[in-house]
Formats: sequence, C-alpha cells, structure tokens
Amino acid sequence: MDFSNFLKLNQEAGLVAVLLVLLICDMFGGEGPKRWLRPTACTLFAVLTAIGFFLPATGEAFGGMYVSTPMTVLMKSLLNLGTLFVFLQSGQWLRSDAALRLREGEFYVITLATLLGCCVMISAANFMMLYIAVELASLPVACLAAFNKYKEESAEAGAKYILISALSSGIMMFGLSYLYGAMGTLYFDGMASMTANAVTVIGFVFFFAGLGFKLSLVPFHLWVADVYQGAPTGATAYLSVVSKAAAGFVLMFTLYHVFGGMEAVWHTLLRWIAAATIVVGNLFAIRQQNIKRFFAFSSISQAGYLLLGIMCGTAQGMASTVFYVLVYLFSNLAAFGVVAAVENQSGRTDIAGYNGFFKTNPGLAAIMMLAVFSLAGIPPLAGFFSKFFIFSAAAAKGEYVLLFVALANTVVSLYYYLLIVKAMFVNPAEEQPIGRIRPDGYNRLSLIVCTVAIVLIGIFSYFYEYIDSISTGMKQLN
Amino acid sequence: MIPMEYYLTVSTLMFFIGVFGFISRKNLLAVLISIELILNSVEINFSIFNRYLYPDHMEGMFFSLFGIAISAAESAVAIAVIINIYRTTQNIDVRQINKMKN
Repeated sequence: MDFSNFLKLNQEAGLVAVLLVLLICDMFGGEGPKRWLRPTACTLFAVLTAIGFFLPATGEAFGGMYVSTPMTVLMKSLLNLGTLFVFLQSGQWLRSDAALRLREGEFYVITLATLLGCCVMISAANFMMLYIAVELASLPVACLAAFNKYKEESAEAGAKYILISALSSGIMMFGLSYLYGAMGTLYFDGMASMTANAVTVIGFVFFFAGLGFKLSLVPFHLWVADVYQGAPTGATAYLSVVSKAAAGFVLMFTLYHVFGGMEAVWHTLLRWIAAATIVVGNLFAIRQQNIKRFFAFSSISQAGYLLLGIMCGTAQGMASTVFYVLVYLFSNLAAFGVVAAVENQSGRTDIAGYNGFFKTNPGLAAIMMLAVFSLAGIPPLAGFFSKFFIFSAAAAKGEYVLLFVALANTVVSLYYYLLIVKAMFVNPAEEQPIGRIRPDGYNRLSLIVCTVAIVLIGIFSYFYEYIDSISTGMKQLN
Repeated sequence: MIPMEYYLTVSTLMFFIGVFGFISRKNLLAVLISIELILNSVEINFSIFNRYLYPDHMEGMFFSLFGIAISAAESAVAIAVIINIYRTTQNIDVRQINKMKN
C-alpha cells in the first residue's frame, strides 16, 4: 500500500490527530490538564483550519475514491471555520454546571468526529465512501443533540434526530442500490454516463430524498424544529451551519458529477422543491415564539435559496452557492453566539425575552441586528451580495418564475427578521428583563470576527472572485 | 436458479413495510426495528444486483458488508438514546414524546 495517499488527506488526517490528542487528554488527564482542554482544542483546531487555507493538498487517493480539488479544500476550510466558532461559543455552556464540565472533552471529540464525516463526504468520489461518510457525519450529531442527558428536551431531540437520520440514510441507500443495479459501479466517474430511465430516476429520487432530510428541504423538514429547539445551542449551531452546508455541497457535487446526464429530470424536481422550501420555511417562521425554533425555520428557507444556487448547474451557480454558505455561516453563527450567551446566563430562549434587549445590552443587540439583517439580505451587508449572486446565477439560467417566488419571499423573510429587531429595539422591556449579559472571552472573539466578516465580506470582492476562479460547472459528457 | 425479480420483490416489500412501520408504530424500539428492515432490504438489493448482474466485481457485496456494520453502529447509538429517554420520562411511547409541541 502506498502511504503517500494520506498526504492528500491532510485536512482529514489533521482532524484525526486533533481528535486523538483531545481524546487522550480527556481520558487520562487529571484535573490539571482538563483545565487546558478548551484552549488546546481551540488552538489546535485554529491551526488546522489555517493549514487548510495555506497548505492545500490536491489530487486523487485510494484508487479514485477520494478526490481533493481546490474547491473541496475551500469547502472543508469553511466547515472547519464554522466548527471553530461553535467551539468558541459553547465553552461557556459546557462550564455552566458540574455534570457538563465533566464531559467537556466529549463534546469536542464528538463534534470533531462528525466534522471528519462532513469533510470526507465532500471529497468522496464513490458512493460507498459517500455513504460511510454521511453516517459518520450524522451518528455523532445525535449524541450532540442528546448531550444534555438530564434534560427531557435534549433527550427527545436526540431520539428524533437519530431515528430520522437512520430512516433517511436507509432511503438514500435504497436509491443507491438501484443506481448500482443500473450502472454496475459505484464510482462517480463510472456513473457519469447515466441517462434518464425508469431505474435511474427511481434511484435518483430516493437518493435525493435521503439527502433532502439532511439538508432539511421541504417535504423532509418536519424534524428540524424540534431537534433545533431541544438540542443544546452549540449543537443547534453546528447542525444549522456545518452539517447543512456539507449536505448541500454533496448534493451539488453528485448532481454535477453523477446525474449530469439527467439534468432535465432533476431540474424539474428541484425547481418545485426549492420553491416549496423557501415558502414553507418562511411562513412557519413568522409564528414562532422560541428563538431556536425561529432560526430552525429561517434555516429551512435559507436551504431553499441554497438549492436555487445548486440547481443552476453552472460554474456561476457553484460559486454563488459556496459564497452563500460562507456568508450564511458568519451571519447564522453571529446570531447563535448571541442566543447562546443569553441562554447561558438567563436560561431564556423565547423571543419575548428579548424585549427591551437594546436597553440592557446595546452591543449584543447590535450584533444580533446585523446578523438578522444579513440573513434577510439588506445592503450593504454580506447577505445582500450572497442573495444577489444566487439570484443572478438563477436569472442567467432563465429561472424567472422561481426567481420571482424567491424575491417575494425575501420580503416576507424581512418581516419576521424585523420582528426580532422590533423586540430588541422597540418593544418595552418586561418587568424582569434579561440583565446585562457577559459572554466570555472566547464567545466575544467569535462574535467580533463574525460581525466584521458580515460587514466586510460583501464589500471586498476578493472572496467572491477567489471562489469564482476555482468553481467548475457540470462535467461535460463526451 | 431463482430469477432476480423474486428477490427484488421481497426486498421492495421489506423496504415499504419498514417505512410503514416507521410511520405507524408507537414504540420507539419497534420504530428502530422498522428501520432495520429498511436497511436489510437494501443489503439484499446490493447483493442480488452484484450476484446476478455484475458477478465479476464485488462492489455490491462490499457495500452490503459495510452497510451491516454501519447499521449495527446506528442501532447502538439509537438504543443508547432511547435508554436515555426512558431514564428521563419512564416511557418510550412515541405519542408521549411531545414536550416541544406548541
């Protein structure tokens, strides 16, 4: 066996190394080393993220089962970055009581395990590899959702997540079995000659349904609200950003590299699903009282916009999707950082709790406002540019009806995002408002970075130009 | 030799019985059993396609093997989570797990 293969997996190998170091520290370290667990986790992981950005490795490994291109390296770095913010934001919660403090290391190890799954999933060029990676990415998330063992909501969220994810991977596998029956291979390259016939269409629909659960597209979105609400806020942030982004990237790669020959079929399917996802996500978000549930539905509708970019099938579509994820990552994590800080200190997750938030916490209220404005797409924040690029990619493809639906829904989304801003700035405070919230240093760092990114990423064109320069469209059939 | 369609009929039936069970069963463990039915039907599919259509490569068989291992891991996690639910609520009835309904 040629061990130089592993050099091409430098991001994954680095993840495994960090994971093992943390696991050993957690298992064998006494009280002393455990105090250093969190700084070590964050530092090692920051170094790893930097490695992805500055020392990318590209090429094929394991007989073509694993492919690394500049694009996959960038996507994995984005996921790393998102997870780093989750680490920074969840430390305060992990230290809030003795039972949790005992299991602090577990949280890091489990999160890194699912991140490893997400990374391999993006690079997979074989459906068996893809399936294993999807499982590796989703099983530990159930443990994360059920992390607060003694809270009923958390246990419930874990159960809902594991059952739904097992069902969805079963459905996905069923689709894969038909695709294998039709094509006789599981390699993406070998399957690229696929054309639409009864067997491949059945296979594709089941496969897509399986991924749709992970991406929380509309007919498959029913688990999202309960899991997001019940899971600890750190796990919710991870689910809504990292695991959703990974599923989106995988959907994009499989559509472009495997199902290119049946574009007419999936284009019709995705058009309806994207419209339904955007509309349903928005309509349900309006009436939510709990802020985590609210962000669950908002993230469903954001997944719809993501799908709009994915379905273009052009290099422009890929660039706009990746840029959208980049912006969504910063905006959503800024919002979740504030939610986590508030929840840790006051225990409140209802939107009414934010009434008069500006009076007591002007800084956090401003960050929250920027985050939701960016999610809604108000210029000059980054969210405006990311939506604009998605829309222009869709327009270049001639999707005018869908574009109109999406644009109209941007207005609807502005309404419910403004409800939060109204609660914070306009509504009078309750008799016992949330007091002054002090996020710890780590969380403060993550909030500052996210806010700066929200403001600057859209204005500096460097980011989009770089993503655009490494994007590729659908593989041309020969 | 038994024709391939017979096997495929059985596996498809198993798959949909599993999906039906997932929706209709009230006990979390029964739901888990339904999921196992789904996963096993897929493994039959892979082995059959491999054996009948592409006997010179072993990809389908390997997929089945990996699938079996992964479904074992999946049920381990699921059972752990179900035990946790039982500890907090003394109950594993799906209808009772609705704390977050609003």
